[in-house]
Amino acid sequence: MSNTANVSILTDLPSGKEFRQAKLSNGLQVVAEVDPRSYSMSLGYFVRAGARNERDPQSGLSHFLEHMMFKGTARRSAADVNRELDELGGNSNAYTSEEQTVYYATVLPKFQDRIVDLLSDMLSPTLDAQEFETERQVILEEIAKYEDQPPFGGFERAFEIHFGPRGLGRRVLGTNESIKAMTAQQMRDYFYQRYRGENIVVAASGNVDFDGLVAQVESMTAHWADRPQPTALPEDDPNTLPDGVELTPTVDSPDANQTYWIGIGDGPSAADPDRHAARMLGSILGDEGSSRLFWELIDTGRAEVATCWPQEFSDQGAWFTYLICDPQNLASNLQSIRTLSDQLVQAAPNEKELQQAINKNTASYIMHSERPGNRLFGLGSRYLMHGEYLDLDQTISGMRGVTTDAIARVAKKYLAATPSAVQAGN
Amino acid sequence: MLLLAAPPVLILFLLRQFRLLRLGKTTHMTTPLASSDIQSEIVLHRMSNGMTVIVQPMPWLRSAAFTLSFPAGICQESADRAGIASMTCEMVQRGAGSYSSRDLVAAQDNLGLDRNSGVLTNVVSYGAAMPAESFDQALGVYADILRRPHLPADQLDDARMMMMQELRAIEDEPSHRVMRRIRQMRYGDRLGRGPQGTMESLQTISQDDVREFFQTYYQANGAVLTVAGNVQPKQIIATAEAEFGDWKSGDKAVQYEAESCPGYDSIEMETSQTHIAFGFPCIPYGHERYFKMRAGIGILSDGMSSRLFDRVREQRGLCYTVSASCHSLPNAATVFGYAGTTPERAQETLDVTLHEVKHLVDDLQQSELDRWKVRIESALVMEQESSASRASSLASDFFQLGRPLETKALSELIEAITLKDVQEYWTENPPQDFHVVTLGPQPLTVNL
Repeated sequence: MSNTANVSILTDLPSGKEFRQAKLSNGLQVVAEVDPRSYSMSLGYFVRAGARNERDPQSGLSHFLEHMMFKGTARRSAADVNRELDELGGNSNAYTSEEQTVYYATVLPKFQDRIVDLLSDMLSPTLDAQEFETERQVILEEIAKYEDQPPFGGFERAFEIHFGPRGLGRRVLGTNESIKAMTAQQMRDYFYQRYRGENIVVAASGNVDFDGLVAQVESMTAHWADRPQPTALPEDDPNTLPDGVELTPTVDSPDANQTYWIGIGDGPSAADPDRHAARMLGSILGDEGSSRLFWELIDTGRAEVATCWPQEFSDQGAWFTYLICDPQNLASNLQSIRTLSDQLVQAAPNEKELQQAINKNTASYIMHSERPGNRLFGLGSRYLMHGEYLDLDQTISGMRGVTTDAIARVAKKYLAATPSAVQAGN
Repeated sequence: MLLLAAPPVLILFLLRQFRLLRLGKTTHMTTPLASSDIQSEIVLHRMSNGMTVIVQPMPWLRSAAFTLSFPAGICQESADRAGIASMTCEMVQRGAGSYSSRDLVAAQDNLGLDRNSGVLTNVVSYGAAMPAESFDQALGVYADILRRPHLPADQLDDARMMMMQELRAIEDEPSHRVMRRIRQMRYGDRLGRGPQGTMESLQTISQDDVREFFQTYYQANGAVLTVAGNVQPKQIIATAEAEFGDWKSGDKAVQYEAESCPGYDSIEMETSQTHIAFGFPCIPYGHERYFKMRAGIGILSDGMSSRLFDRVREQRGLCYTVSASCHSLPNAATVFGYAGTTPERAQETLDVTLHEVKHLVDDLQQSELDRWKVRIESALVMEQESSASRASSLASDFFQLGRPLETKALSELIEAITLKDVQEYWTENPPQDFHVVTLGPQPLTVNL
């Protein structure tokens, strides 16, 4: 058996990275992890605008708005935006989650000024009414696409059941009903509410000219302070269900061959010091390729997927279990998952098993961090949600510091209860 | 929830066959690294048993990665044993050398290996990225897997069940079903077959079949080990010689021809979207005009200002996903495409998409070609940040070209392409012999 020294040598290397941060007069925060040795630079606007910030009539609006940011500004048409993003090469894209919307790009360092200009300008969209109508169709297509794709909306249903149909349980894409009813005026109001300096972090990583970045963002976003502040919508009535939402624990897809089973329970938040222990617990119990569930259910061909993981949000967390198998093996597989979970509730894993998980996860994290584009997301999200910066070594120390006692404590806390379950497919 | 999801279907079914486009130029680099660091020397070493070792040092990284590939792919299977290449790939990893199945995984985890393996039409491929210090030990582990596997008979049924699970699962993805079907129509049963086989063929595979496939195809002749990352070529070659220098050498793998069957096929199913796949023949990577052809497909589909994205999605709102991309086998190649849209708009989506494909050569703009070149340049420079990506590119070059390709040479090829080249290629070789597959509530009207 190989020793464990290989990986720790690497973590002792000086990172050569420097953290910089600035706060602009309009409240916007700018942060960067600068590494002049990088071949690229990544830039992202991290906006506190996600499904949990929406009211019922706004369901899906954060995501719809994300699409509309590519549809033109006072200085650029929609075609100009797409063309310029392509002219800068690299990778650019955007995504919306329960808690934030992120616009990002990775480009060669020589294009820094141009990408800062473009992304900053995109965040002052015209929200043209005709473009809004065309894009509504694209969103409806996106919803239809996920309806056809396993697990056929099962995860969305699990969120709704566990967190309730609002807050963290609200569907990021919205529903067919909410998207069809949406108006451009609602979108403008929501935009002004959420896209304000105090809700936004600009993050950059890699070969970044930080002073240049701050100066340019400052001058381009000064006018954001003048954005009107619309009145917030009234609270939703908790006794009603939003349009298009059901809370039944089954999702029909009669043509499917496989059964898709999703369990959801509590987990640690992204602020909880136990999150590292929870990740190692997830790795020991559910990692693909080597874990207790793998050896019991995947290696034996009893299931196609049998895994679990903690999912962290800023102030709450969830513990997911995901099983895909032949319908007739569902009951026996679920029994095995229960048994394996109970074993970890009753007895901590041994030191060797924990070290294997730590070695695998730290190596993977270090390799993942080689690309500035990958560092960007942790950097921006962490600063937006928690106002703090964690360098590579801090995260690695967090992982290495996990003990078998901590695993036992976390297992008792999160694995003992029976999770809520959703079943999709056959 | 990406606004612009990379085409997942194409990634899975086409790009998995090794990435075939990875080029650009480095002359505009503005990082403080010296240009000599960017274009590090590729070292090639041929072993006496027919295995080739290709090493690209990337001393600025902490990681190293390798890909070890050889011609034990799907095309070597007989139809009644379809799936045996994958089954063998699974079985060799169930214990090898002094390692039990579980010890093997523990050793790999402790070395920090991010590992992968998979069977493609022509080759089987094993690879891993890791902290550079782990490299020598890791290669030793893989020498055990490929040369000294236990092939435990009592685990054959487990491996078989595993593959049946996968087979059932891919049937649940309509977008995968149309891409599987179109590959089959385009390349025929042997070259168009998926890695999982069929329920019937999987049932018949025996322990003797696996052993025979292993003994015939797991050998050094035609194999290539590509390594990239923070490594010393001399050291790598010495390790490779020690671990694989006396690996047995067998016959060269047989090459097969595609058996194309153009036309339209529809699968009727109650789905939310109609899933449309299309394809037409093109020239393979390695052909002297390949990049002139590829530039045209870049203009058609690479990026947010590409014609398909702009004209099918952005201007008309017809779909969320639409894309096209090139796929190469050694002696056949195809432009494959996909679009997913709700049934009432499927006919228009198909018509508009095929119209754009057929009219690619109309009104070509210099700016379209320029954008494509920048995109490629950036991709190549950024490849310097990933040892895994570089190792995989070296392997794809080897199998399609028979040699590694220096970044600089590739960059010059791309830089030299003119709009006239692209125009000439596509005027002389207009898209034809289309294959189309749709899956949805009703068939569409297809005028090919």
